[in-house]
Amino acid sequence: MNRFLLPMAVFVPLVAILAIGIYHAPEKDIIASPLLGKPAPDFSLPDLADAARTVHAADLRGRWYLFNVWGTWCGGCRAEHETLLEIRRANVLPLVGLDWKDDDAQARAWLTQLGNPYAVVAVDHAGRTAIDYGVYGAPETFLINPQGLVVYKVVGEVTHDVWTREILPRVPRAAFPGT
Amino acid sequence: MLPELGHFALILALLLAALQAFFGIAGPALGRERWIAAVTPAVAGQFVMVATAVGCLAAAFIGDDFSVRYVASNSNSALPLFYRVTALWGAHEGSLLLWILLLAGWTVAVAVGAARLPRAFAARVLGVLGVVSFGFLLFTLATSNPFLRLDPPAGDGADLNPILQDPALAVHPPILYTGYVGFAVAFAFACAAMLEGRLDQEWARWTRPWTTTAWAFLTCGIALGSFWAYYELGWGGFWFWDPVENASFMPWLVGTALIHSLAVTDKRGLFKSWTLLLAILAFSLSMLGTFLVRSGVLVSVHSFAADPARGIFILAFLVLMIGGALALYAWRAPLLKSTAGFEFGARESFLLFNNLLLVIAAATVFAGTLAPLISDALKLGTLSVGVPYFNPTFMLTMLPLMALLPLGIHAGWKRGRLSDSTRVLLLTLAGAVIFALTLCFGIFAHGAVLTPVGAALGAWVILASLVDPLDRWRRGLSLSRAVLGMTVAHIGIGLAVIALTSVESFTFERDVALGSGASTSAAGYEFRFDGVAPIEGPNYDGVGATITVTRGGAPVAVLKPQKRQYWVQHQLTTVTAIHMSRGNNLLVALGDDLGAGRWSIRIQIRPLVTLIWLAALIMAIGGAVAASDRRYRTARAPAAAPLPAAAGEQPT
Amino acid sequence: MRRTRLLRLPGVLAVLAALALARGALAVDPTEMPTPELEQRYLALTHELRCMQCQNETLADSPVELAADLRHEIRDMLLAGKSDAEVRAFMVARYGDFILFRPRFTARTAWLWLAPGVLLLVGALVLGRVLRQRAALLPQDLTPVDEDTPN
Repeated sequence: MNRFLLPMAVFVPLVAILAIGIYHAPEKDIIASPLLGKPAPDFSLPDLADAARTVHAADLRGRWYLFNVWGTWCGGCRAEHETLLEIRRANVLPLVGLDWKDDDAQARAWLTQLGNPYAVVAVDHAGRTAIDYGVYGAPETFLINPQGLVVYKVVGEVTHDVWTREILPRVPRAAFPGT
Repeated sequence: MLPELGHFALILALLLAALQAFFGIAGPALGRERWIAAVTPAVAGQFVMVATAVGCLAAAFIGDDFSVRYVASNSNSALPLFYRVTALWGAHEGSLLLWILLLAGWTVAVAVGAARLPRAFAARVLGVLGVVSFGFLLFTLATSNPFLRLDPPAGDGADLNPILQDPALAVHPPILYTGYVGFAVAFAFACAAMLEGRLDQEWARWTRPWTTTAWAFLTCGIALGSFWAYYELGWGGFWFWDPVENASFMPWLVGTALIHSLAVTDKRGLFKSWTLLLAILAFSLSMLGTFLVRSGVLVSVHSFAADPARGIFILAFLVLMIGGALALYAWRAPLLKSTAGFEFGARESFLLFNNLLLVIAAATVFAGTLAPLISDALKLGTLSVGVPYFNPTFMLTMLPLMALLPLGIHAGWKRGRLSDSTRVLLLTLAGAVIFALTLCFGIFAHGAVLTPVGAALGAWVILASLVDPLDRWRRGLSLSRAVLGMTVAHIGIGLAVIALTSVESFTFERDVALGSGASTSAAGYEFRFDGVAPIEGPNYDGVGATITVTRGGAPVAVLKPQKRQYWVQHQLTTVTAIHMSRGNNLLVALGDDLGAGRWSIRIQIRPLVTLIWLAALIMAIGGAVAASDRRYRTARAPAAAPLPAAAGEQPT
Repeated sequence: MRRTRLLRLPGVLAVLAALALARGALAVDPTEMPTPELEQRYLALTHELRCMQCQNETLADSPVELAADLRHEIRDMLLAGKSDAEVRAFMVARYGDFILFRPRFTARTAWLWLAPGVLLLVGALVLGRVLRQRAALLPQDLTPVDEDTPN
């Protein structure tokens, strides 16, 4: 082989890699969660509705649910709230909220004002549970199966499309209520 | 009206660039004398048009014309005039325009300098530069037009990013880009030689001053960027191995290799195809840097607005330019043969080592920078590559390079005769070791393992570089500027190595929480926190702290670090306070209000850090001196070169 | 600081992107460790772990709240007697390999860590060949070297 073709031989795959890079650039901020397929981390946190009560992750086992990390300081959470209410109305699987680094009174006011899509909201003042879930921004949403394994993770807003195209198809029809 | 004029001028510049490219390349190929004659006017016209466009955009900034989208996004009526001018290149579109202006400037300089070159060859060089310019103009007009209007106009602008509101914005991008763009000239010389099928020692002599000048600018630009990051970004670091920093560093490493390889080609007619490849590579890496910075494929602290459409355009351009040049290379380079020989210990061997190590260093930086992309493309998972990768792998090539440098400058061409210099080399090495031990154990009394090694190598480079020039000077012999420049640049690199290896291990850094009136001592200095007070600037407000520094009771400095909140973008920025004392750089930055009058404060004492930038400046000066050597200016080409140049003709 | 928290959602990405050079503030972290050895390890770890929310910043440098939380986590783990490897494993289990600025040496990253060494080796072989060839050409090469222009 002509050794002067060698630079070209390096250049061609490089271009391919750069092209793939451009193709993936819009998602480069979304980092795959190492929790996928692993048990959702355990926690025991106060209930937003009643601080005297405790929400245990273990008690949530046995059914499909969405675990949604939010806060009143988070603009994206406000934007996805409509979809969360829609999910509540669909009544397919419950939403469990994690109110992350927030003010309880403000959080309660937010739910009263905008409507409450959550079956229950756990309060994480210290952010310790959010770290266990590998949360690096809000909103983030985890789909968790009856065995307590993380099946899917949404980084950013849950939109209607994400709900119907990414989340719903991952839940077996048998798990739907009324079937 | 002016923005439309600017837009129109840019379109005309595009057309002129197309003419310049066509006449410059087709003219010599077809032997059309009149086509060749049209190249220079096209160059001049293009420069005038680009300058007009830049002038129109500057007028829009100065005149607060917020009907222009780019102005509305990057300026504000409260922005001081100085920053309204520099804001022109504060974001993607304008910086691209600056790139084009500098390229047009280089092209004019080449056109003037090319009066000494054979006409056909000069036309080809300008033609290739026309292709580069055409690509960038088309890119600007198609994806990044700074003259687009807003309808309705914005009431006021969104302001220049607060971090860019710094005098460094006036000098860093223009100088850095001058370096980047300068490698386009070396690239054009290489392509012209390949188009002509002729590459001799004269070619290397023509190319050398341009390459060295570009290299000097790039050196300066990188150092300025590092200095800016040091005082502006606030954590007192000077190099973070960030993708954008690496994007400028890779062409620098390959450019450094190219300068040395050109020396061998010039002097001995050797390594021709290798020199060509390096010339292509240096500019390719400049272009790749542009791609990485502007396409949004990598996560960086200081990249431009990410836009995949721009990425696709630059990539296509990259494929045409670099792919074309590499195809030309695969076709033409096999014709270049040299029968020159040299001994194992000859200077040629050492320059080969130099090239090998510099190119591997660049390849390592390249691998680390692109690793997240490569890993993703090959489905190997996401990963991050940072300082813990770059620092040790970079040492792997740089330490041997420094160890070989003193030998290389004492080796003769063709036949090494290093044994003649054994005494000098050993003496300078002994001196360097004594210096390093004094520095590490006498002055600072501690240090990592690599520090004495690095300091000794740096000192050895300096001492060994000085031997011959001092000897000539003592004997009253003249010293050519080329040799003088080389010596100065080598002293610069030696100083840089000493500074870089020392700074890391001698730096004292501590973050403390202090209440008003409390003090802390660090490395013999006493820092007293005298509280904070509100401050107000032309377009920001915030708090400023007063910290009084004393040493042994004697006052040293009063430092006033600030935290600013800019009004328009509501961005919080940290302004560090820096003071030089006894060769130490004292840096203080204000952290957070911890309540009850207590604040967190970062204190850094960095000895020798200033030397890093000073060393880079010395290197750049060395480059400038070498580029001004008389030898490059008196080279006179035959009055009328034969046309068309015979393809494939080359001296053996 | 809360208002400036970077939110990961597509709509905001565009806004984020517009903020070129988006880092201005810095983290000043007056955490004190009881022994110099722990202090050293704390600094080393916070300097080689990435702030997930930021554009290429270390935990040590980042002013965002999550980085502060993770620094506290590291401090607590070190004070509890955990090893550096355990701290890294804790981070990787939650955030993935992306959080490590020092990629682990695995089958997937071997190419990166071995690249400099392999290149040096290949380079040395090529260099040796060129040097031998050129030395062999020496006897026939009669062109004089102009010693007046030493470079």
